[in-house]
Amino acid sequence: MSIEVKNIRKRFGRFDALNGVDLKVETGELVALLGPSGSGKTTLLRIIAGLEEADTGDVLFHGEDVARRSARDRQVGFVFQHYALFRHMSVLENVAFGLRVRPRRLRPSNAVIKERSLELLNLVQLEGLADRRPSQLSGGQRQRVALARALAVEPRVLLLDEPFGALDAKVRQELRRWLRRLQDELQITTLFVTHDQEEALEVADRVVVMNGGRIEQDGTPDEVYEHPATPFVYNFLGSVNLFHGRVHAGEAQLGPLSVTAPEHARADNAPAIGYVRPHDLDVQRSPNGTTVEVLVRHVSAIGPVVRLELERKDDGAAIEAELTRERFRELAVKAGDSVHVKPKKLKVFVNDDYSI
Amino acid sequence: MPGGVAQGGRLARGKGRTGSTSEPVVVKVLLTLIALGFLGLFLVVPLAAVFHQAFEKGWQAYLAAIQEPTAMAAIRLTLLTALISVPLNLVFGLAASWAIAKFNFMGKNLLLTLIDLPFAVSPVISGMVFVLLFGRQGLLGPWMQAHDFKIIFAVPGIVLATLFVTFPFVAREMIPLMQAQGTEEEQAAVVLGASGWQMFRRVTLPNVKWGLLYGVILCNARAMGEFGAVSVVSGHIRGLTNTLPLHVEIMYNEYEFAGAFAVASLLTLLALVTLVLKSLVEWFSARGMDHAKPAA
Repeated sequence: MSIEVKNIRKRFGRFDALNGVDLKVETGELVALLGPSGSGKTTLLRIIAGLEEADTGDVLFHGEDVARRSARDRQVGFVFQHYALFRHMSVLENVAFGLRVRPRRLRPSNAVIKERSLELLNLVQLEGLADRRPSQLSGGQRQRVALARALAVEPRVLLLDEPFGALDAKVRQELRRWLRRLQDELQITTLFVTHDQEEALEVADRVVVMNGGRIEQDGTPDEVYEHPATPFVYNFLGSVNLFHGRVHAGEAQLGPLSVTAPEHARADNAPAIGYVRPHDLDVQRSPNGTTVEVLVRHVSAIGPVVRLELERKDDGAAIEAELTRERFRELAVKAGDSVHVKPKKLKVFVNDDYSI
Repeated sequence: MPGGVAQGGRLARGKGRTGSTSEPVVVKVLLTLIALGFLGLFLVVPLAAVFHQAFEKGWQAYLAAIQEPTAMAAIRLTLLTALISVPLNLVFGLAASWAIAKFNFMGKNLLLTLIDLPFAVSPVISGMVFVLLFGRQGLLGPWMQAHDFKIIFAVPGIVLATLFVTFPFVAREMIPLMQAQGTEEEQAAVVLGASGWQMFRRVTLPNVKWGLLYGVILCNARAMGEFGAVSVVSGHIRGLTNTLPLHVEIMYNEYEFAGAFAVASLLTLLALVTLVLKSLVEWFSARGMDHAKPAA
């Protein structure tokens, strides 16, 4: 079942949480709402669930307007960041809750309820923990119970609010991959909120980047990472190096670098910034074409990559480059060396009012 | 290091220190004695005195004093008052704490202040308020007379006065508890399809049951033991409008000390039972808290 929101606005007191948001999630898609705190992503999720009411705008499930329907009648599954498990009930009763509170005519028998709940516990790989209390489970286990509970009512849509936020890194990684596989299997339309860009890029079919109550970009993980639409998206999805300069009639001059920027063909000597990812910087010993000469300040080997902290010789600006270990060994650089960097891929943004 | 060793020796030989972070034994013993002395003087001695005086004339006299008709009437009235006030205040307290903890509405702070009002007001004034409202010269006096309602100097007045002074107990117990528990579980229940009543019955109530019980116990203790407010509205009509505390006063004023203390011992027993129940609730609730504590 698809979800569509049109022109959603929401204000809390004097704070504009959402400023006209339009979004469509197709049936069976797994979409991530990615953004920093205060970007409005959780508010949007809660509005879709019916836990909050938008000031204006429409929420449509499969083309049907559900704004009038309370959270109770929307048939969504919601997983909270801090699980919100019913603390005085056993794990089995937690999962069975949604079925137990159904109106009498729709309620299955006790035996069926128990059977279905146990099935779900199997699905989330928690068989054997049916009689435990939530307080006796680890964070990862609790989150899986929360997921089983949400799935028990066979929702048309699954909404997750920073589902792995309260877990440690290793568990988070495992669970996110597990969620991906589960969603592939169940094919249920899923929308989840996160501030972890790695999570969004790894798990989602589509990533919606939000900032300040607006959607900055909506695209596949590849699209938002390789072709960011705005400086914010560029910056949020990974580290970035900035090269300041000017752009005129499709040609950008950023310090010693000259780059063609056909998208700014109509620019008239406008201030511009070139954005380059650390791993898109080619590090060379000798100048090969137009390069920027830098001094190596610090070398850090972090897992599979080596990070170089560099300082431009011309203006002292800090630059970060990332190399594979192999390349690093080829170059054999150390702190204090002079090297040259050349961007392999650079995006020019005209300097509006955005500042980092 | 000779200096260090010597220092260590000096510290070890210090005045009965059991460790570097606890007081010397002398201080501990002194403080304990003071606390026990205080407890003994203001609690144990009076309690013992009540029972001693109650049985001074023997077991038969004790039973006679309690089974005397006016005493029995006082017991019945006290029980009736508690039976009405406690459930009503339970419902009110639950409703008020539910509203305050889970919702935001205009006048919330006013409600909170009003709930605490009976604590701030002297019990005698609480009683007076009802006399001023419903007494013959009171605001609604003529209306009451016209419709032949008797509130002051009758049982309804006693119940009303008791309701007023025991008002806050359940609410004050439940409000912080519900606020601490937040609304996430209720939100989860709603999204899973629970109606308001189902959410309340299955999620909210079980989470607050110990706090509720605690509040009810306190409410009951006060309802049965209230003197000031009830004394003002009751009229002290023997056999009709005397609760247990009032009956004790009457007997004492008529120099029937043994009888007075006999009846008073009933109230003392009530106090002891209340304490025991309170401790039990605290014990069960602490055990329950282990379930509520998040895993490390």
